[in-house]
Amino acid sequence: MNSTTPRSFQEIILRLQAYWASKGCAILQPYDMEVGAGTFHPATTLRSLGSNPWAAAYVQPSRRPTDGRYGENPNRLQHYYQYQVLIKPSPPELQALYLGSLEAIGVDMDLHDIRFVEDDWESPTLGAWGLGWEVWCDGMEVSQFTYFQQVGGHDCTPVSGELTYGLERLAMYILECDHVMDMPFNDPDATIPLKYGDIFKQTEEEYARWNFDVANTDVLLRHFVEAEAECEAILSHAFDDPKTGKRIIMVHPAYDQAIKASHIFNLLDARGVISVTERQAYIGRVRTLSKQCADAFVQTRAGGYIEAAE
Amino acid sequence: MTDLLIELFSEEIPARMQLRAANDLKKLVTDGMVEAGLTYASAAAFSTPRRLTLTVEGMLDASPTTTEERKGPKADAPEKAIDGFLRGAGLTRDDLIERETLKGNILFAKITKPGRPAADIVAEVLEKTIRTFPWPKSMRWGNGTLKWVRPLHSILCITSAEDGATIVPLDVDGIISGDQTQGHRFLSPTAFSVTSFDDYTTKLKSAHVVLDPQERADAIWHDATTQAFANGLEVVEDAGLLAEVAGLVEWPVVLMGTIDEDFLGLPPEVLQTSMREHQKFFSVRNPKTGRIEQFITVANRTTADNGATILAGNQKVLSARLADAKFFWENDLRVAKAGMDEWLKSLENVTFHNKLGTQAELVNRMATLARELAPAVGADPEMAEKAARLAKADLSSEMVYEFPELQGLMGRYYIEASGEDAAIASAAEEHYAPLGPSDDVPTAPVSVAVSLAEKIDKLTGFWAIDEKPTGSKDPFALRRAALGIIRILVENNQSSSLFASARKGFEAHGVEFFDERDDDDYTGMEFLANLLSFIHDRLKVYLKDQGIRHDIIDACIAMPNNDDINLLVKRARALSETLKTDDGENLIQGFKRANKMLSAEEEKDGVEYSYGADIKFAETDEERSLFAALDTAEAEIKPAMDAQDFATAMSAMATLRAPIDAFFEAVQINSDNPTVRRNRLNLLSRIRTICSSVADLTKIEG
Repeated sequence: MNSTTPRSFQEIILRLQAYWASKGCAILQPYDMEVGAGTFHPATTLRSLGSNPWAAAYVQPSRRPTDGRYGENPNRLQHYYQYQVLIKPSPPELQALYLGSLEAIGVDMDLHDIRFVEDDWESPTLGAWGLGWEVWCDGMEVSQFTYFQQVGGHDCTPVSGELTYGLERLAMYILECDHVMDMPFNDPDATIPLKYGDIFKQTEEEYARWNFDVANTDVLLRHFVEAEAECEAILSHAFDDPKTGKRIIMVHPAYDQAIKASHIFNLLDARGVISVTERQAYIGRVRTLSKQCADAFVQTRAGGYIEAAE
Repeated sequence: MTDLLIELFSEEIPARMQLRAANDLKKLVTDGMVEAGLTYASAAAFSTPRRLTLTVEGMLDASPTTTEERKGPKADAPEKAIDGFLRGAGLTRDDLIERETLKGNILFAKITKPGRPAADIVAEVLEKTIRTFPWPKSMRWGNGTLKWVRPLHSILCITSAEDGATIVPLDVDGIISGDQTQGHRFLSPTAFSVTSFDDYTTKLKSAHVVLDPQERADAIWHDATTQAFANGLEVVEDAGLLAEVAGLVEWPVVLMGTIDEDFLGLPPEVLQTSMREHQKFFSVRNPKTGRIEQFITVANRTTADNGATILAGNQKVLSARLADAKFFWENDLRVAKAGMDEWLKSLENVTFHNKLGTQAELVNRMATLARELAPAVGADPEMAEKAARLAKADLSSEMVYEFPELQGLMGRYYIEASGEDAAIASAAEEHYAPLGPSDDVPTAPVSVAVSLAEKIDKLTGFWAIDEKPTGSKDPFALRRAALGIIRILVENNQSSSLFASARKGFEAHGVEFFDERDDDDYTGMEFLANLLSFIHDRLKVYLKDQGIRHDIIDACIAMPNNDDINLLVKRARALSETLKTDDGENLIQGFKRANKMLSAEEEKDGVEYSYGADIKFAETDEERSLFAALDTAEAEIKPAMDAQDFATAMSAMATLRAPIDAFFEAVQINSDNPTVRRNRLNLLSRIRTICSSVADLTKIEG
């Protein structure tokens, strides 16, 4: 284990990858779609369903349009990174494993105050909930720790343990940076040292302007409806593929559309065109899609479905 | 005698659930023990973030052997019946005794239940307790089906006597009981065995765990106030926060830090709310300036650097939080100083309730109502209307979006900043009040008008769409609104017709009133009557809490103008006081006697005796005295009632007690002389009329 303090944002990510790999997790890559949180990655949402064991860890770029601050706020960003770990069934020593990961990224357990503070997790758009904590390091929330109880309306049996690290905030803390844009992204002694701001300051400005003031809401509203329709259309197909004769339930393509609808909803929300009552209705529509995908996933092999012997 | 020690060791239990859970553990285990015959001398339960602990002292070693006699069949019953009885009781014929009874010779079985060892009972009760524990929310983990608030890791369960400790064997879904526990997660993580409760608490303390939550809270408060005092400062009291923080730590260490100068300009409530909600910090105030200048955080450990790293980290987090708050505050002030039009406009996009329209529509209705209510409560109508128009503006502000609990208060700050009158600003803050039964009611006239308008609009609105509270369901807090109206009127001594203002409220919600023209279309009147009876029900609860009996309230509700809540309460209070006196209590008896006899005779004769008694037909002194007393009382009661001086009216009424009693004592009502009889019945009628002008005394019980 590396007990020295990391020197850059990417070193923290690399250490987390190495740590969780050493604990037996499959190190996956980010999902290639816009999502609001690492939980939306099918490696979490879908794989937490059904009886098959699972252990995966990955970085997920996440977007929350309403959190944009033109790159000016010290730690609020509309695009940021989450580190996500999902292990099913949750091992009894998950808390200890988690604390080990903090040590691995340079948190000195003798000097800091780590606390597990109640924080029940609920995702109305995923039809999911779990119990757990937000983990505090010296009063700062550094992770979410959740035992999934239900996803997409389905009880989770076995239960998955989910860890989510807000990477920028955690890294700023470890690297002692007061402003995210000043944080070294690569090694500060590299020939070409890059700070977080060198990479993201401009994009934060661009997206904040677009998210808040420019995004074409008519187009977005149309895309929402289209994604919703496509998701339902995909799932309405028979399980058996007429061409190959195989049982192929197209859960992931359908789920992509659900993710898309969810992100479009977030964009519309940032544009301020969704009223409080409509808001609930939109969330309900996305939840319906998530549930349909979950229903379909448990009918697949990965979702624990066992095909009857021929 | 034995002692019992139980510890359920788990991952972190939410602070807000710990106290209740410790009590539940104590109750469930001890109740179960006692039910099984295992009595004990004393028990106590404790909690930390990671454990629930129960200690029971002076427990029996085993439940006592009990014998019971069971009645069987008759001695001469068929063999089959006797065999059946024996099988059922698990006995042989030799165990039966024959006894003579009134019903003949009957067989009795003596069944002896041997006592069970304490350990067996404890194991059984504890397992059941764990499996059925009433957590507000519980969860499964891993592959299991057991539910606990968070994963349960170990069960310590020992009995201890002078000859040492014994593990009570128990296996709950693979969690096997033992005599071990662990100390502080970071400071003393090694497991250790314990032999008794004393040994347990001592070893826990050296393993950096203070078991008793009260001891932790006391230590936190002591250290916090001492540190603040040493700096000439004071900690802002917050009992809820203290209890919560005590539930977040096993080894409390109090650290005091400074709030960056940049943020000291924020309203103190914002600082306090942000620090409490986000960071669980106590606010530390400078008593000289009233400003909040420092904070107190409670760490869960000691460190080699005396908490310097921890404090620095907390300070940094706080700065980021307050930077957000400051960002909101400054943005909001900009909008406020520009007159808040932007916020008022955006209320048009916020739904109040899907059947009751937007917040902007609500504000319009409130404004009209507040204006109309203003003169009666001594407020300037223009001002009341303006105040109502601005009262909800802060709901669109960024600060209230972030901290909904600051609604109203931020309204006051922002309206002040906009340059409006202070009374208008206060109304924004006070119009939600009273929120709880002990919350102050608004007293400033403008605030009273807006607050009443808000509540009347709410009640009439939800009544009009038939969303009344049912049973325990009151999602829109309509009971609270009704109680609010009652308290505002009563505590401000405001007499007014609730009918009139509620009718305006209903009309604003589109309810129609055809009360003068059409009997068939009485919806509006029905709504009004129904709402008034709801408010009367709340009033009964309110007055009952003040020790006024329900029949007294009923007696007053049955009187005219019962939609004037203040009048109603005054009447009920006066009546309640009167009934506490000897005269008052006895007068009721006299009144009831008079009323009962009069009603009976009226029914018999088919007439109403209300003609007016004449003293010239009086035959006895008692009769004449009653005439005189009624004249005197009437002369006092009438003007007192007109002046709503119920106390005077009722004490005048109470003076009738002696003459009425004497009258009944001496006089036979049903005289043979019909004229005298009629006159006496008419005299009873005067008693009824006079007493009934005060309250409907027929409703009084007893």
